[in-house]
Amino acid sequence: MDWSPVLISLKTAGLSIFVTFFLGIFSAWAVIRMERPVWKAACDGILTLPLVLPPTVAGFFLLYLFGVKGPVGKFFVDFFGVKIAFSWPATVLAAVTMSFPLMYRSARGAFEQVDPDLIAAARTLGMGEWEIFRKVILANAVPGVVSGGVLAFARGLGEFGATSMIAGNIAGKTRTLPMAVYSEVAAGNMDTAWAYVAVIIAVALVSIMVMNGAAWKAGGGRRRGK
Amino acid sequence: MENKESLFLDVKITKRLKNFELNMDFRAGGGCLGILGPSGCGKSMTLRSIAGIITPDEGRIALTDGEEERVLFDSWRRRNVRPQARRVGYLFQNYALFPNMTVEENIGAGIKGRNKKKVVERMLERFRLAGLEKRYPLQLSGGQQQRVALARIMAYEPDVILLDEPFSAMDTHLREKLRLELQEILKEYGGVSILVTHDRDEAYQLCRNMVLMDQGRAMAAGNTRELFHNPITCKAARFTGCKNISRIERTGERKLRALDWGGLELTTEIPIGDEITAVGIRAHDFEPLSQEAARGWEEKEEGNLIPVRSPSVSEMPFEWYVTLNNGLWWKTEKSIHAHSAEDVIPPWLRIPPSALILLTGEPE
Repeated sequence: MDWSPVLISLKTAGLSIFVTFFLGIFSAWAVIRMERPVWKAACDGILTLPLVLPPTVAGFFLLYLFGVKGPVGKFFVDFFGVKIAFSWPATVLAAVTMSFPLMYRSARGAFEQVDPDLIAAARTLGMGEWEIFRKVILANAVPGVVSGGVLAFARGLGEFGATSMIAGNIAGKTRTLPMAVYSEVAAGNMDTAWAYVAVIIAVALVSIMVMNGAAWKAGGGRRRGK
Repeated sequence: MENKESLFLDVKITKRLKNFELNMDFRAGGGCLGILGPSGCGKSMTLRSIAGIITPDEGRIALTDGEEERVLFDSWRRRNVRPQARRVGYLFQNYALFPNMTVEENIGAGIKGRNKKKVVERMLERFRLAGLEKRYPLQLSGGQQQRVALARIMAYEPDVILLDEPFSAMDTHLREKLRLELQEILKEYGGVSILVTHDRDEAYQLCRNMVLMDQGRAMAAGNTRELFHNPITCKAARFTGCKNISRIERTGERKLRALDWGGLELTTEIPIGDEITAVGIRAHDFEPLSQEAARGWEEKEEGNLIPVRSPSVSEMPFEWYVTLNNGLWWKTEKSIHAHSAEDVIPPWLRIPPSALILLTGEPE
């Protein structure tokens, strides 16, 4: 069995959850702070879009933007000499795009659940907005934020549609686990496909346990009861 | 801490709310100001405007200390100081303690600089929280939570403290004890404080001055005792707990007929002005009289006697509630050991002319 899809998948899912996690949290904070309802709704719509679009359509847009001739892709080629489409970073790009809405929406929901009086109290006590975000909003939204992280990680690990559009299925380069499963099945190698499936299930289970543990420790464990 | 006795807060704000317009104009300072009104009358909105949590549509909020003035909000000059810079402490109804922080972290949340630790220690001591510093808010009793919230506000040394229904989340037996505690804290603090409540006992006990509020407006304001003594309008009388209010027909300079009490003829202590439309008497102000004692009053003008016939009696732990057949309410103290009203109910009740409250406006 070729282990490269496992490595590629772990690298991709790892880096993309790192990016998505912070990007999602900050976007959620930025959106809840918006005062104009029209802007708020517009931003929310755009940030949620990849969740409702078919992954291939999202991938189509990514290809349009980041392809060698696309506006962003051309910029990268011209200024950095880097081709994004059909390279390993493209797998990260696809995973981030597809998992971002899950992180953003979970974080936003968790932030909005924080009692507004806590925020008002923090303001009257002279705490700055950034300090309030860290110590009051985020700290009291840990369980929701972490569960958003779990969902986003799982989504990133399982990403197939958008990846196949923008990153392709190049063995040893952009072939992630879901891609590998697809390729092996297409080639009739059911046994190898089974092996990849087993790895995916194992990784998914472990990551969920790790993150649930983190959520329990940070959120509920220490301040419930006596 | 500097002397805050000379500090005053002037508030003049309007804000369009869902069902009515908030329109308040008052001055606070020199002892606690109470805002008394039913729930949903805009009391909390007023406090939230002062703290800067919400922005009024129009108005001006400013602190004055002698010649000095500090504007917190002025819609005409487009000034709106951030809540962080107002130095206004807010005690929320549910205390709004940060559940993720320990007691000492909560108290220290608003303090910046090196002496944070010292201030927190002093507050733990002053608010009798020593030993609880590592606990989380959910592990504290209601009274302890309130003390933490107060300590957190006081540690921040605000110029104004706003208390939003501080006892509503508490059991009755705790309430009385904590009211006394709060009274001491407010006395010690000395700055501008405003207490919002729907409980008139609370307002009476804690506040030197009072604003009676209804539907977003102040309908009466003044010294607390004065206001309870002479509420002037029917609505204010009802707010201050006057149970008996009747429309009147003026029959003489000091004589009237109470239309809602079966046409009872009464004599007042002072002349009845043209603006007077109603009369009130507090349920505790009746004078029970025996047959013989009543005879002494019978011929006199200021007798104001009422025969007690077939009253309905209801027993409370420390009081009898007696409703006369003309609709008047009489409350009389009793011992917890007494359960029979037989010997308490007198043949006559008398209303001393000084107990009659002359009122304007329409009784509801």
